[in-house]
Amino acid sequence: MSAPASRDRWLAAGLPRRYAIAWLVLLLVAIAVHLARGALPALATYPEPWFLPLRFWVSDLMKWLVNDFDLGLFTFQEMTRSIAWLLEWPLRAAQSLFAEGFSRGIGRDAEEIVPRIPWIALIVACALMGLSARGRGLAALVAGALLYLAVFGQWDSAMVTLASIVIAVPLGAGAGLLLGIAGFRSVRLERVLVPLLDLMQTVPIFAYLVPVLFLFGFGPVAAMVATIIYATPPMVRVTMLALRQVPADVVEFGRMAGCSRRQLLWKVLVPSARPSLMVGINQVIMLSLNMVIIASMIGAGGLGYDVLTSLKRLRIGDGVEAGLAITLLAIALDRLSQAFANRPPRAHRDTTPPFFRRHPFLIAATALLAVSWMAGSVLPGVQDYPETLEISTAQMWSDLIKWINVNFYDHLEAVKTWLLFHLLIPVKRFLTTVPWIAVVAAVAIAGHRLGGWRLAALTGSLALFMAVTGNWEKSMITVYLCGVSVLVASLIGIPVGIWAARNERVHRVVQVVIDTLQTLPSFVYLIPVVMLFRVGDFSAMIAVVAYAVAPAVRYTAHGLRQVPAQLIEAATAAGCTRRQTLWKVQFPIALPEIMLGINQTIMLALSMLVITALVGTRDLGQEVYIALTKADTGRGIVAGLCVAFIAIISDRLISAWVRRKKRELGLE
Amino acid sequence: MSADPPARAGASGSGLMLECAGVWKVFGDGASDLLAERAGAVTLEDLHTRGLIGAVRDASLRVREGEIFVIMGLSGSGKSTLVRCMSRLIEPSAGRILFDGEDLLGMPEKKLIELRRHEMGMVFQHFALLPHLNVLGNVAFPLEVQGMARREREGRAMEVIELVGLSGRERYYPRELSGGQQQRVGIARSLAVEPRIWFLDEPFSALDPLIRREMQDEFMRLQSMLRKTIVFITHDFDEAIRLADRIAIMKDGAIIQIGTPEELVTHPADDYVADFTREIPRAKVLSVRAVMGEPVESWAGEVRAKEKVQEVAAAVARGRAPFAVLDESGAVVGSLTREDIFRVLVGLETRA
Repeated sequence: MSAPASRDRWLAAGLPRRYAIAWLVLLLVAIAVHLARGALPALATYPEPWFLPLRFWVSDLMKWLVNDFDLGLFTFQEMTRSIAWLLEWPLRAAQSLFAEGFSRGIGRDAEEIVPRIPWIALIVACALMGLSARGRGLAALVAGALLYLAVFGQWDSAMVTLASIVIAVPLGAGAGLLLGIAGFRSVRLERVLVPLLDLMQTVPIFAYLVPVLFLFGFGPVAAMVATIIYATPPMVRVTMLALRQVPADVVEFGRMAGCSRRQLLWKVLVPSARPSLMVGINQVIMLSLNMVIIASMIGAGGLGYDVLTSLKRLRIGDGVEAGLAITLLAIALDRLSQAFANRPPRAHRDTTPPFFRRHPFLIAATALLAVSWMAGSVLPGVQDYPETLEISTAQMWSDLIKWINVNFYDHLEAVKTWLLFHLLIPVKRFLTTVPWIAVVAAVAIAGHRLGGWRLAALTGSLALFMAVTGNWEKSMITVYLCGVSVLVASLIGIPVGIWAARNERVHRVVQVVIDTLQTLPSFVYLIPVVMLFRVGDFSAMIAVVAYAVAPAVRYTAHGLRQVPAQLIEAATAAGCTRRQTLWKVQFPIALPEIMLGINQTIMLALSMLVITALVGTRDLGQEVYIALTKADTGRGIVAGLCVAFIAIISDRLISAWVRRKKRELGLE
Repeated sequence: MSADPPARAGASGSGLMLECAGVWKVFGDGASDLLAERAGAVTLEDLHTRGLIGAVRDASLRVREGEIFVIMGLSGSGKSTLVRCMSRLIEPSAGRILFDGEDLLGMPEKKLIELRRHEMGMVFQHFALLPHLNVLGNVAFPLEVQGMARREREGRAMEVIELVGLSGRERYYPRELSGGQQQRVGIARSLAVEPRIWFLDEPFSALDPLIRREMQDEFMRLQSMLRKTIVFITHDFDEAIRLADRIAIMKDGAIIQIGTPEELVTHPADDYVADFTREIPRAKVLSVRAVMGEPVESWAGEVRAKEKVQEVAAAVARGRAPFAVLDESGAVVGSLTREDIFRVLVGLETRA
């Protein structure tokens, strides 16, 4: 009687038990390999003779591309250089317009024909844009941000940065739109595009700066190419998604009206998808700004260059000022583009008023520009913000930091030391001593558990890649830094998210804070961290946590808030306390959403980690950064791929888990 | 059951606008191979065992010029798929579709586009208005696609907008309109090109009952002026009865019965159809001809044979003697008594 019943139970529990056994075996093997590392060193540490010289192959390929690849009529490098030449024209025009003024002649003989846009004109024009897109609040915000640039002497650098953005954004958005359309139309192309986009978004920026340098030369154009490469992928994704989300009957209507393919695309699909496409453009703007800062390393100049040099020379005050300038520019651009994206749709008018009545802001801005340009030649104060009125807070910031360091050094140092000894170093030591073969196996087993053989093969081979290419130790340090940072970010982010979900006022405040955090270019986070904690893993961790915490908060709050109200009512009716409702009802249902937030946090953490190479980490980011300084294409790309693969492994595992969990909860 | 005249394919003016013969739409891998192999003799079980989904199975029907042909079925019965096959929005897996005698399925893309631009109009359940265009722009859109000049197409659009009673709203955007008004725009838009065949896919299903009623009246008003050939999809049997000249009832992708509302009520093909007709007030459906008796000597008044019982009930019930029933030519063909009316109203067997 009881025998078949117990067998049934065993069968029902068979799956988890099988995995429990697998994990146990793995643990024992790992311990055994570790103990026997004297006898079997190859299993503990991947042996050097087995390294695949991939980085040299990539470098050779790059050399061949640059030196020998001949397309018949011209060489590959001639092609890229002529693209660079083509791109240089609009960029130079924008630089002249915003930053330098148009001039004739070269060098010292240069003679200014038309000066750049007067500062007053630009500020008022942007404020008018804010006014027309949203209202007075936005106009004040934008004008205030730009005024800061003028008053604090950041105008020249900021205009160089702005000029790059003005050219990079339309190119990136346009290219993204066209690629997205192509991917939308052809399933086969989409199948190629999606993994490529995954890679482009996870390979760290520094890694492709080197090939871009080789192909496009050092300077603003190369920086812009890198910017476009970096900023385009989200637009491609958004375009494919937005076009696919156009309601089926709208598309059917277009076909029934007798639209040709082209008419269907440009008259029906794209206009219907416009609101979503605008979100994509906002993303392109923000990513371009982020990248332009980083691209200052390969000659973009501007605000990023200022921050970089002051960081290098430890001129703290200057760094803070330039960092604040980037921040304000980012906030202004973000809010402005969002306002245009979310602009309430047009309401009808009963008659069509004449042109100048329809576009009062445009007319006003144009008139102002003309007037101030003319007045500028007579009154230099209109043309350029008078230098005598410039204020510098650099000294104040330096003093402030000094004061903090003098008065709180011991406290800061105590926190740092405690965390280093109790969290960072133990995790690091553990991850770098675990035999590589055990980690690869663990990743594969997890893949099998969550997604079957295909996922196991993917995650296992990606992990193997890190060992085979000789990046194992650096990869493990990356995993350690990323893991610790994500842990800390979750410990902060999830409770804050819960708090925000349960309190409307907190929610509003938190929303503003994380919106701002997500607007800031990653570079900015380094400034305060370096000042307070100097260099090292701990500083890197703080910067990464600050940069990556936002999604953990946002997704937690969102997940908890979208639990159906009737479930909460049912829990209340069943006599749950608020605490019980949270832990027994809301949290389990929101868990998949929260995990998606953690997944985003991991992605952001990895992208920030590479930038923290500037504050002296020893992980893959440092490897990529060294490759950049030594112009070693292969080394940078292979290390960059390792970072990308860490991201892809964690993304695929978490996504598989979330899918399964959502199915179990009936949320799909 | 259906009183179809024999088809004279290819002959324009035969009174036949659209003909479907053995149309199949099967979703899944290897569907068309299976159909080709079996020459259409495929059962539901065949499809099940191969994991295929038969959205439309062997549908044959003929739509006559100027009639309102309603396809009625519950959700998942394949009615929307069938109407999309008729306009080739969906490519059928097998079968033949003739539009005004021309083979629709063999038509090259270019010709099909021309056909859709000039001969077909379609109204959608959820309106499918373009959010970035105002009423005028939406209604003029099919003309714009044809390449008509702005002045001309807007002039034409204004005419249709007036026709559907939206004058004065032509500059409104879709989101500024109520559901009923949005569907008026959808109707105007589909009529702008003066189509010869007018497809309406559950046009009133997304509207509130009161508005739905109003729109049905509006639709009948338009049809009395325009005399279009109409294929009208609905899941609402009352709506079908109200609007249809003839109805096709679909279930699980197959057409179960085609007939006039009266035929469906008096002679349902099976229990499924009978279930729908049971609750229908007979007086609204049955014509006088269907319930009249033999002519009698003296009468209190006259009614016409094709009138619905509902329309004459009050007069006949008030009369002291039977009424005479006249046909189109005015000849007496039968009689109608208070008792006949009474039987219809309480749902007893009629003496016919």
